[in-house]
Amino acid sequence: MNGLSYQAQKRIILLCFMSVPLALLALFTFYPAVKLVWMSFTDWDGLEANPTWIGFANFVEVFTNRDLFGVFLNQIPYAVVGIVQNAIAIVFAVILNSKLRGRNGFRVLMFLPFIMNAVAVAFMFQYVFDTTNGSLNILLGAIGLDGLAKTSWLGNTSLVNFSLASISMWRFLGYNMVIYLGALQSIPADMYEAAEIDGAGRWQKLVRLTLPNLTKIIQLNMFLTLSGALAVFDLPFVLTKGGPAGSSETFLFKTINTAFQFNNFGLASAMSVVLLLIVVVVLALQNLVIGRGGRDA
Amino acid sequence: MSKAARRDPVQWLKYAVLLLASFIVLFPPYVVVVNAFKRSDEGNDPFALPHSFLHFDNFRVVVERTHLWHSFGNTVYIIALSLVGNVVLGTMMAYCLGRLEFRGKKLVLGAFLFATIVPTITTQVVVFSVIKWMGLYNSLYAPVILFIGADVIQIYIYLQFIRNIPYELDESAMMDGASLFRIYRSIIFPLLGPATATLVILKTINIYNELYIPFLYMPKSSLPVVSTSIMRFASNNQAEWGYICAIILLIMIPTVVLYLFLQRYIFSGVTNGAVKG
Repeated sequence: MNGLSYQAQKRIILLCFMSVPLALLALFTFYPAVKLVWMSFTDWDGLEANPTWIGFANFVEVFTNRDLFGVFLNQIPYAVVGIVQNAIAIVFAVILNSKLRGRNGFRVLMFLPFIMNAVAVAFMFQYVFDTTNGSLNILLGAIGLDGLAKTSWLGNTSLVNFSLASISMWRFLGYNMVIYLGALQSIPADMYEAAEIDGAGRWQKLVRLTLPNLTKIIQLNMFLTLSGALAVFDLPFVLTKGGPAGSSETFLFKTINTAFQFNNFGLASAMSVVLLLIVVVVLALQNLVIGRGGRDA
Repeated sequence: MSKAARRDPVQWLKYAVLLLASFIVLFPPYVVVVNAFKRSDEGNDPFALPHSFLHFDNFRVVVERTHLWHSFGNTVYIIALSLVGNVVLGTMMAYCLGRLEFRGKKLVLGAFLFATIVPTITTQVVVFSVIKWMGLYNSLYAPVILFIGADVIQIYIYLQFIRNIPYELDESAMMDGASLFRIYRSIIFPLLGPATATLVILKTINIYNELYIPFLYMPKSSLPVVSTSIMRFASNNQAEWGYICAIILLIMIPTVVLYLFLQRYIFSGVTNGAVKG
């Protein structure tokens, strides 16, 4: 290759280095995205080569069938718990960013759940939440809360989604915290020194200095939390199979079942398109908010 | 800590909150650890210590029934192949986008950006038929190609990193007459080492924890990975807590050990990855 000019080398390198990644990108992102939209207007069963065009019928079905669009209600607890989770994560990040003995140990410990195998974590909590032998109810009984100690955490239709959401809080709080901590540590120390010289107290430094510097990262985390809440799948899939009585089903759970159990790939495509659009709208709204925040500042 | 700080009530409050959080983090794993060593006749108290921590029967039964070594083998194989693909293709792509000027570069960057916005899981309905068409359904290579092709976060980690490698290194190598391929192989690739280390660790943990892709693309029971084998076992052995705790513990140990030894890389990867957005 040494004999060639750099111009010629560049062409060869570009061709060789980029063709495989671009082919994979086309095959697993662009082709599926386009085909998904196309199939959402058909009665595709996943096998048939020439499905029939049925217009907007699938979308009408998605929005009018309460069993389909209505399951988003089950996902509200995940969003609520997710917001609480971010608030707590900020508190812990602020605590661990202060002078404190053993703070690295606490950071390591709180991040630990994030790296544990998700399925193993799910079954670990099945034991925690078990009604008769579960460690949570036995703990509640031991500290005298007998009234609570008989709770069926995963069997009660109004509780189940909060129980499942608290598992994902247990897993992801430390992850959020580490991101916030990284953002806090990038705030220059002399800003705090200047504030102290101006006589700012602990509370003033937190509200006037720390939180404003976190705005962007809070928005990023909120987007991750919300899109995560929209796409909940594995916890109900592993632990409750959507029960009791369908109360822990999620939209993605429904989508997967519609496709792979009922072979209604056309309807499932329409559901995927709807979910995709909602995620894009959330992202666009967030960008709009960040853009506006930038202009105000 | 100064004397004043030691008397500060806020300082005590901080420790109280941290200790409570530590309790919540450690409570479920504690129950798993003690119960993994218990015989079925050791009573119903989930907090009591087992009679002996040398009682390995639960582990033996679980490993035999689930063919757990086979699952670990498959998982490691998938991780290794995916990582090789990710590192080779990721560094190549970063070299082209970070070092070479060409027409359509913005378009290529935009295409990768689009890929990070579309949640992979929403397109599975169609990706499934692509995998079938490629003849990879029920094969170890289905997850491998999906982990290489559908998750493109490595491009961003490398691109961010390559900007900090001074271009003078490339220029002086060119003056010595080195080919572009040689520059990639002998300068860029080695200097991307720290980014590769971060990527390898984060991806290893991600792939190890992934349930959905192996479940969907390798349903054949002779192709278990750790996530699918624990799922099958726990569903078929409801409420046999001794066994379930044993398999949970066995499956959790590898990533926990990896984490405790390599936490520096993990934290830097998580922080950088997020700040990028």
